[in-house]
Amino acid sequence: MPKPFYKKLFEKIIEGILALSGSITSLAVLLIVIFLFKEGLGLFNRSPISEGYVLAVNKSNPISKIDANLVKQIFDQEITNWEKVGGKKDSIILFHLDDINSIYTEAQIGENLENLPTCISNVVDSIGGIVAFVPKSYIKSDFKGKVIEPVNITPKEFLLGKEWYPTAEPSAQMGILPILLGTLWVSLGAILLSLPLGLAVAIYMAEIANARVRNIFKPIIELLAGIPSVIYGFFGLVVIVPLIQTVFNLPVGETALAGSIILAIMALPTIITIAEDSLRTTPRSMKEASLALGASRWQTIYRIVIPYSISGITAAAILGIGRAIGETMAVLMVTGNAAVMPHSFLEPVRTIPATIAAELGESPKDGLHYQALFILGSILFIMTLIINLTVEYISSRNKLGKR
Amino acid sequence: MAKIETLDANLFYGDFHALKNISMQMEENTVTALIGPSGCGKSTYLRLFNRMNDLIDSTRITGQILVDGEDIYRKNINVDELRIKVGMVFQKPNPFPKSIFENVAYGLRVNGEKNKSYIEDKVVQSLKQSALWNEVSDKLTKSAFELSGGQQQRLCIARALAISPSVILMDEPASALDPLSTAKIEELIHELKKEYTIVIVTHNMQQASRVSDYTAFFYLGELVEYGQTVEIFTKPKLKHTENYITGRFG
Repeated sequence: MPKPFYKKLFEKIIEGILALSGSITSLAVLLIVIFLFKEGLGLFNRSPISEGYVLAVNKSNPISKIDANLVKQIFDQEITNWEKVGGKKDSIILFHLDDINSIYTEAQIGENLENLPTCISNVVDSIGGIVAFVPKSYIKSDFKGKVIEPVNITPKEFLLGKEWYPTAEPSAQMGILPILLGTLWVSLGAILLSLPLGLAVAIYMAEIANARVRNIFKPIIELLAGIPSVIYGFFGLVVIVPLIQTVFNLPVGETALAGSIILAIMALPTIITIAEDSLRTTPRSMKEASLALGASRWQTIYRIVIPYSISGITAAAILGIGRAIGETMAVLMVTGNAAVMPHSFLEPVRTIPATIAAELGESPKDGLHYQALFILGSILFIMTLIINLTVEYISSRNKLGKR
Repeated sequence: MAKIETLDANLFYGDFHALKNISMQMEENTVTALIGPSGCGKSTYLRLFNRMNDLIDSTRITGQILVDGEDIYRKNINVDELRIKVGMVFQKPNPFPKSIFENVAYGLRVNGEKNKSYIEDKVVQSLKQSALWNEVSDKLTKSAFELSGGQQQRLCIARALAISPSVILMDEPASALDPLSTAKIEELIHELKKEYTIVIVTHNMQQASRVSDYTAFFYLGELVEYGQTVEIFTKPKLKHTENYITGRFG
C-alpha cells in the first residue's frame, strides 16, 4: 500500500527542519569567524596617532616618518634629542595645543579661535626642534611647518610589541606580547596544577574506587563544571588572593598564580572526565593479564593502563588548556590585569579574554582600540582552533593505532 | 601431596551461588581438563587458583583452596607471589601493546628483575618453550599486535612461562584460534606437562580427550564427575556426564 500523501509531506517537512537546523548552526559558526576577522583586520595599515590629530614639525626637520613607539618615548620625554630618532642634533621641544596660551594672548588667538591655525603655524615655524601634537582641522593649506607621518601598525609590531597602551596619546601602543604571554603563562600554570591532580582523581575513579565511592564522586565533579565562572572568581578573590598575599608576603595577591589556581580548579572536571573515560577503555583482559603475571595493582596502572590510554589523557590535558585559555570572568577578577611582561607567577598579568571583556565597552566602534581587540579575539580563536585540531588529530591517531 | 587441592570450595557472586562444595585434587605434572556447559562455573573454579576472582566486587569464598599444601585464601598471603607461582593464559590472546620482547619480559620486570642478560636469556628460553622462537626471532622489537591470533596466544603462553610458574591455568586457550593454531597449542600443552601442572578449561570435548590426563565435568556450579580422562570419555559413571560428552545436551 503506498503511503498517503500527507504522511510523505510530513516526513519531508521534518527532514527539511532537521537539515535547516544543521546548516544554521554551521552558518552561525562561519559568520562569527568572518565577523571577527573582518572587524579586526582593518587595524593594520592604520596610523596609530589619535584620530583627528597630526604631528607637525619645523620644516627644517629632516624626519618625515616616525615609529609609534618613538612617538611615545618622545612625549614621555624619554627621548629628548632628535639625534636619537635619526634627525639633526637638536633638543626636542614638545608642543600641545594648550601651550598656545603661554605664547599668544587670547586677543591674538581671536574670540572664536579664528587665528589659531596661523598661530600654530607660526609657532612651528619659529622653533627648530618642535614637535606639535595638534588637531588636524587647524592645519590649513598655508601651514608653514611639516606634518610627519607615523609608521602604520604592522602585524609584527602588533604581535611582538611589549607595550599595550591602546588609548595613549598622541600615539597608541598596540603591542600584545604581554597579553599573549599573560594568557599562556596563566594557562600553563593552570595545566601544571590541574593535570597531576586531575589525573590522580581519574585514576582513582577508574581503577581504585569502588562503585559506591564513584557514584558519590562523579556527580560532585560534574557539579564543579556547572558552577558559573563568576562564582569561581568570587572564591578566588576572597580566598585564594589573600592567601597568596600572605603566604608569599606580596603587596598584592592578584597574581598569575591566583589565576592559574582558579583555572586549574575550573579545568579539573574536563580533565577528570575525559581522562577517566579513556582509562576505562583499557580492556579488562589486559589488566587481568598484567595482574596474573604478579604485577601489583599500581604496577598494572602505570605500566599498562596509563600507556594504553595515553592519547586520551593527552586529549584531556589539551582540552583542559583550551578551557583555561578561553576563560574570562574568573581570570579577570583575580589576576590583577596589568598588561606588563610577566616575569614570575607572583606578578599581575592580563589575559586576552580579560582584556577584551574589560576594554571593549570603552572603545569607540571602528576605532583603533576596537579593532585591536577584535584582532585579539581572532588570535584567541586561532589558539583554540589549534587546540581542537590537535585533540582531533590525537584521537584519530589513537583509533588507527589500536587494533 | 596434591599440587592443587580444594576442600568444600564455595563461591558466591552476591546472592548467586556459583560454586557448590567442590572438592578436588590435582597432581603435579598432569593436565586436568574442566568441562561443562557455559555458566557451569568451570572458569570461576579455575580462577580460584590465582585469585583472579578477587577483581570482581562482592565475591565471597568459603572452604579451603590449597596450592602446594598452602591455603591461598588465608590472611597475609602475598597474592602477587601466588600469581608468579600460578600463571594464567586467557581465552582471547591479550598481548600488551608493547613489543614482542617486552611482552615476555613484562612479568620479570614487574617482579623487580633488573639483570638485562638474565631477562634476555629468559625471554629467548620462554619463546623457545612456547614454540614461537623460530617465527619471531628476527622481529622481537616489533609490536605484538603484528602477530597472528595463534602466534599471539603462544606469546601469551611464553609470557606466562617467563616468570617460571609451577602451575599454568588455561581458560579456553584455543577457543579463538583456527584448527592449525589449536593443534600447535595442544602440542605445546603436551610438552609443557613435563615441567608444569596444567589446568585447562575447554568447551571442546575432543580437545579435552586429546590433551588431558584427568577430566572434571561441571554442571550448575557442581562437580558432577571427576576422574581419568580415558574413563570419563569411555565409561562415565553417570548418565548425565555421558549425555554431555556425547553431545546430547549442553
